[in-house]
Amino acid sequence: MENFSVLTGIAAPMPMVNVDTDMMMPKQFLKTIKRTGLGISVFYDMRYDENEAERPEFILNQDAFRNSKILLAGKNFGCGSSREHAPWGLLDFGFRCVIAPSFADIFYNNCFKNGILCITLPEAQVEALTVQADGSDFSVDLENMQITAPDGSVTPFELDATRRHNLLNGLDDIALTLQHVGKIKAFEAKQQASQPWLYT
Amino acid sequence: MAQPSTLYDKLWDSHVVHKDEDGASLIYIDLHLTHEVTTPQAYEGLRLSQRKLHRTDKTIAVPDHNVPSTPDRLEKIEDPESRLQLETLKQNSDDFGVEYIPMGDIRQGIVHIIGPEQGLTQPGKTIVCGDSHTATHGAFGALAFGIGTSDVEHTLATQTLSMQKSKNMLVRVDGKLPVGTTSKDLIMAIIGRIGTAGGTGHVIEYQGDAFTALSMEGRMTVCNMTIEGGARAGLIAPDEKTFEYLKGKPRAPKSDAWEAAVKYWQTLNTDEGATFDKEVVINAEEIIPHVTWGTSPEDVLPITSLVPNPDDFDDPNKKSGIGRSLKYMGLEAGEALDGVPVDKVFIGSCTNGRIEDLRAAAEVLKGRKVVDSVEMLVVPGSGLVKYQAEEEGLDEIFLAAGAQWREPSCSMCLGMNPDILQPGERCASTSNRNFEGRQGRGGRTHLVSPEMAAAAAITGHLTDVRKVVSS
Ligand code: SF4
Repeated sequence: MENFSVLTGIAAPMPMVNVDTDMMMPKQFLKTIKRTGLGISVFYDMRYDENEAERPEFILNQDAFRNSKILLAGKNFGCGSSREHAPWGLLDFGFRCVIAPSFADIFYNNCFKNGILCITLPEAQVEALTVQADGSDFSVDLENMQITAPDGSVTPFELDATRRHNLLNGLDDIALTLQHVGKIKAFEAKQQASQPWLYT
Repeated sequence: MAQPSTLYDKLWDSHVVHKDEDGASLIYIDLHLTHEVTTPQAYEGLRLSQRKLHRTDKTIAVPDHNVPSTPDRLEKIEDPESRLQLETLKQNSDDFGVEYIPMGDIRQGIVHIIGPEQGLTQPGKTIVCGDSHTATHGAFGALAFGIGTSDVEHTLATQTLSMQKSKNMLVRVDGKLPVGTTSKDLIMAIIGRIGTAGGTGHVIEYQGDAFTALSMEGRMTVCNMTIEGGARAGLIAPDEKTFEYLKGKPRAPKSDAWEAAVKYWQTLNTDEGATFDKEVVINAEEIIPHVTWGTSPEDVLPITSLVPNPDDFDDPNKKSGIGRSLKYMGLEAGEALDGVPVDKVFIGSCTNGRIEDLRAAAEVLKGRKVVDSVEMLVVPGSGLVKYQAEEEGLDEIFLAAGAQWREPSCSMCLGMNPDILQPGERCASTSNRNFEGRQGRGGRTHLVSPEMAAAAAITGHLTDVRKVVSS
């Protein structure tokens, strides 16, 4: 996983509430057996019309936002299906950070596993950032946990220590867990003694 | 005396392998269910890092999402991508030593239906699957939740997950559900009340007569849709009904082990005096059959209601949200929900594809006909459900009424197989999500119970099943 220190880039405003993962990555794209190549399909039905032509009104089809790296989203972003194809699509498009008033649990977790930073901020603060999203650069500093908007104003944010540490260092979760393999085996031995029916 | 604990606390505490200083815990996973959609990239990851499974005896694989529901499904799967994904599941399961249930096996079916059927789903277990409706298994007092593909890989490699404990939420529904109101209406009414983000960050425990009175099938329907209320897991404490359901199932404990297991399972409930971070109380007697009108499961109302009017809401987000939903759904503000014509009716999915659901729909359809303008699909949730239904002659009732009787798969719940809605088509569906495009691009989904779906098929429009049955 790529580590995350300071991200500088364009922020795309998408203030819709309850954007679900079916919307981010419709089912026809779940048939892939790869993680990559999904960027072209992200937000498919909102992005393209019936003839697969771009809808000019959609934010990511506007020239100023085609290279966005940050998404300013609405409440309950990422609800619904557990499909990791949604964050894979965001990542493949170029997004490394999503800022929203709230996220759905599974989606939130999936993003961090793929090196996407999700930042939860009060609605008013997200709105204040959205107002400034005109295609200019924002900067997200994970080390110091702050967002700098184009006008220079600074918004601090919070994040739990484990997620921050892992993201800053691009750590592989599985390798971290495998350091505890002795404890896992000890747990199994104990559980097998007290609940033997789980081991048949 | 120890602090009183909730059922969730007990399940969590008994699975902690290791705790980090900052509060993240390594949780042991007792059962990992896998299917073809969310696993290929996990196995790809294992191969790239040259890892094996930590152990192979706690994982099972079954194809479901892409499986066609037509009888020729074993010979031909038209879509090459679907075929590749299905073959990849088989190949990966073989290569890594995971038990695999093939498509032609009578046990094959939707992953959340086969776990309980095989007796793999048991009280006290931690259960994960790369699918958000894993919440279903909470009906047995198991801690069950959906995970993404990275966590599928993590579980395969370590049999654990690193996670933060959620908060405790109680949903209490007392009283008796009125005649005609089902477990589906109950959970839809709860979601309508708490909203799709109401349970975010929480594990919900359902308590009260309304849940204890339900069959295991009904409890599964409730827990299944818990994710639609934002909570990753729902729980119902195990009781005699739970044990009765599991007894004799192929993978349930046997003889002495059964006695020991039941003794342990009986301790799995919330202690008197335990506190919840959030509580919601609802009266069962007020719940009548429900139907969704919009494009989120929280857009739900009793069938006797009118389609909401955006102008009645002050919150600008809400106003524009409703306007957008109505436009997509092709509905007018103020229109009566009872009477909205449908083109298709779908009975099936991990929410309502169990035997009891088919019995309930058949009961309404018996001696009646599906109107000509409606195409009705009945898709049993597993080979065993299909077999049981045929033993009881339910297939004949469906066929006589003019419905199609299909093979087990997820089918029109999300249309990864060929069963989809065409743009603008409207469907009364027993599935769990009415998101835009969920059942096919431009398709319009109204979530209902199996009884309500059958009533819509007979009348050709959304309607109150209580009127149909009494007429
Ligand atoms: S039936 Fe629907 S919700 Fe259930 S597992 Fe299949 S696709 Fe998912």
